[in-house]
Amino acid sequence: MNTTTNIMIVGVGGQGTLLASRILGNVLVHEGYDVKVSEVHGMSQRGGSVVTYVKYGEKVYSPIIGEGEADIILAFEQLEAYRALPYLKKDGIMIAGTQCIDPMPVITGAAKYPEKLFEKIEKEATLIAADAIGMAKQAGTIKAANVVLIGILARRTSIKKETWLEILKTTVPAKFLDVNLAAFEAGYQYQD
Amino acid sequence: MKQLMIGNAAVARGAYEAGVRVVASYPGTPSTEITEVMATFPKEDVYVEWSPNEKVACEVAIGASIGGARAMTCCKHVGLNVMADPLFTASYTGVGGGLVIAVADDPGMHSSQNEQDSRHYAQAAKLPMLEPADSAECLAYTKAAFALSEEYDTPILLRLSTRVSHSQSLIETADRTDVGLKDYEKNIAKYVMMPANAKKRHIDVENRMAALASFAETTDLNVITATEKTVGGKKIGVITDGIADMYAHEALGDNVSYCKLGMVYPLPTEKLRAFAAQCDEVYVIEELDPVIENHCRTIGLSVHGKECFTLLGEYTPAMIASVILGQAPAACASIDAIPNRPPVMCAGCPHRGTFYVLKKLGLTVSGDIGCYTLGAVAPLASVDTTVCMGASVSGALGMAKARGDAFAKKLVSVIGDSTFMHSGITGLIDIVYNQGINTVIILDNSITGMTGHQDNPTTGKTIRGEATKQVDLLALCHAVGIDHVTVADPFDVKAFEAAVKEALALDAPAVVIAQRPCALLKTVKYTGHCTVSDDCRKCGLCMKLGCPAISRTENGAIVIDENQCNGCGLCVGICPFHAIRKVEN
Repeated sequence: MNTTTNIMIVGVGGQGTLLASRILGNVLVHEGYDVKVSEVHGMSQRGGSVVTYVKYGEKVYSPIIGEGEADIILAFEQLEAYRALPYLKKDGIMIAGTQCIDPMPVITGAAKYPEKLFEKIEKEATLIAADAIGMAKQAGTIKAANVVLIGILARRTSIKKETWLEILKTTVPAKFLDVNLAAFEAGYQYQD
Repeated sequence: MKQLMIGNAAVARGAYEAGVRVVASYPGTPSTEITEVMATFPKEDVYVEWSPNEKVACEVAIGASIGGARAMTCCKHVGLNVMADPLFTASYTGVGGGLVIAVADDPGMHSSQNEQDSRHYAQAAKLPMLEPADSAECLAYTKAAFALSEEYDTPILLRLSTRVSHSQSLIETADRTDVGLKDYEKNIAKYVMMPANAKKRHIDVENRMAALASFAETTDLNVITATEKTVGGKKIGVITDGIADMYAHEALGDNVSYCKLGMVYPLPTEKLRAFAAQCDEVYVIEELDPVIENHCRTIGLSVHGKECFTLLGEYTPAMIASVILGQAPAACASIDAIPNRPPVMCAGCPHRGTFYVLKKLGLTVSGDIGCYTLGAVAPLASVDTTVCMGASVSGALGMAKARGDAFAKKLVSVIGDSTFMHSGITGLIDIVYNQGINTVIILDNSITGMTGHQDNPTTGKTIRGEATKQVDLLALCHAVGIDHVTVADPFDVKAFEAAVKEALALDAPAVVIAQRPCALLKTVKYTGHCTVSDDCRKCGLCMKLGCPAISRTENGAIVIDENQCNGCGLCVGICPFHAIRKVEN
């Protein structure tokens, strides 16, 4: 079996998962890995669940990650974190933002937003939970919550901090750079 | 330098490097980015357009090819149906400059209404078809396609799939080769397809396909990688194409022999026989239909195919490892049943006002292809039918003719501005010509929304953002013979409802243009957010809008999430108790 490191990024359409995957992808290319990043554009992104697969290693064939294959899952929303749990390896790490966004079946009253999702996740995996929105707000804007999560992820990889900062500078628009650097730092220093 | 690029961008890059001069397409997921990326190249090098539909786009590309330029058109799988008419005859005319038709299938239907397999078209239209498996191949195969097109005097299909189109992998770019414009020569026998000429050209087509079948035996596009290793004591061979090849490599590593087919039509014969002869068991691994498998059986090979692998959806490495290696899937956590998260109309979506009214009036709604297909989803659940681009208009005429005028007066068609330009206008002409009394609602949100904001003939801008003449929907509807055309804002719910009722009451056809731009357009600037006051009686009428920002708490109170709300204000006007108001941030 081919060995790659597999990272899944999950969230809700509009949460900024695409920027997170772009930063991560660029960092990995910079490090000289073979990299594949796969996401589906189109109808699913109209407020639906969004999933991005990022795989890297010496050689990557399939761009998709199957159940039980993800080393790390970066989740932007609690329900999506739990939905993605079957994709995590038995010894994998779940990094999850604490935000909850009601899906339409909950809004219409057809279903209830499930409770104690993080407790359920902790029974199965190592969970690093963070109030990414709160941390981003402190850094300057809630829109940088995605970069807070990237900061938390960065600390759990073997890639140098300088590389992440360098890629952030080339990926994020200049006028938002300072706030994003602050958001990254907050994530990088975060201890659960 | 190596860089990450989605397959679609790599196709565009390949076409650019191959010296393409004209690209015409209609947007369609998952193909759209090819043409969008083309428009980022200098206009001195390449003319790029969004055409009104795929048939027009294909004809523009054919004309450019006859005119001596390398040309390309790009579409999704169902777009190939729309361009089938010119395509089948362009197969007979052959090309001037190289002509590539890039078509992106959508196994798994991430964003489509069916799961058709475009490879059948190659066979039916007698055209060669290449199929890349990652971005580097997207770039290389596109360049190869232009060369083959000219060498064999044939349009050529480039088949993609969602995973190839939308996955990023590493590519290396090269400089553009300026192949120049070929001289234009009048050639009636080649380009005027009336019977006498077409009969002769058909002979050329058959000769060409025979030559290409020989090419398939020797080309590097079809690669065999053999191993002496065995699985369970047997030498296993797999025949693959496209993304399935990547899945097979991940699942099976170097334990099996591979015959990867980069050219999926015409398929080789002797090469496959020789490959199979080296193996004890041969599996064909191809998503969707058994195209390669059927060919293998036709040439007398005994292979495993669809009895092991599904006809439905996307494949995975785990699926292949399970079938061929008998390997159990990776251990994983199981989870409790949880609510799903279907796509929804965005906060501030103009279609929400439209469907709120249509639902309230209890109308039958003949739907179409676009974001507004989501009008079929609860709680709006307003749309009755969705078939293909334009079918909302013509289909509703059929419904009305079948069930009579009384039914027609409780029936509307809904169709977006871009879809109306694509193929709604012909249906509207049918309604006028054949004396229908249908009401058609054009959802004019000033953009092609679902595919991610492309300009179209009604927006007044070209693909490069340059100002151009704007098709006037009102004048157009008048011109084809609709006397009653009104414009109404779907967020002015009362006025919009009155406009729809007025149109339906007529014994004549009518058009209502529901005009309000897409909330995601940069030019749309809603401010503030809405909030619920103590006057709320918890009646839940606002919940019927299906707005992602409005929800009910466990004690029954209505709350509006200020992070999700964009302050569009639709709910403010709906509330009978004036309990919702807008506050500026």
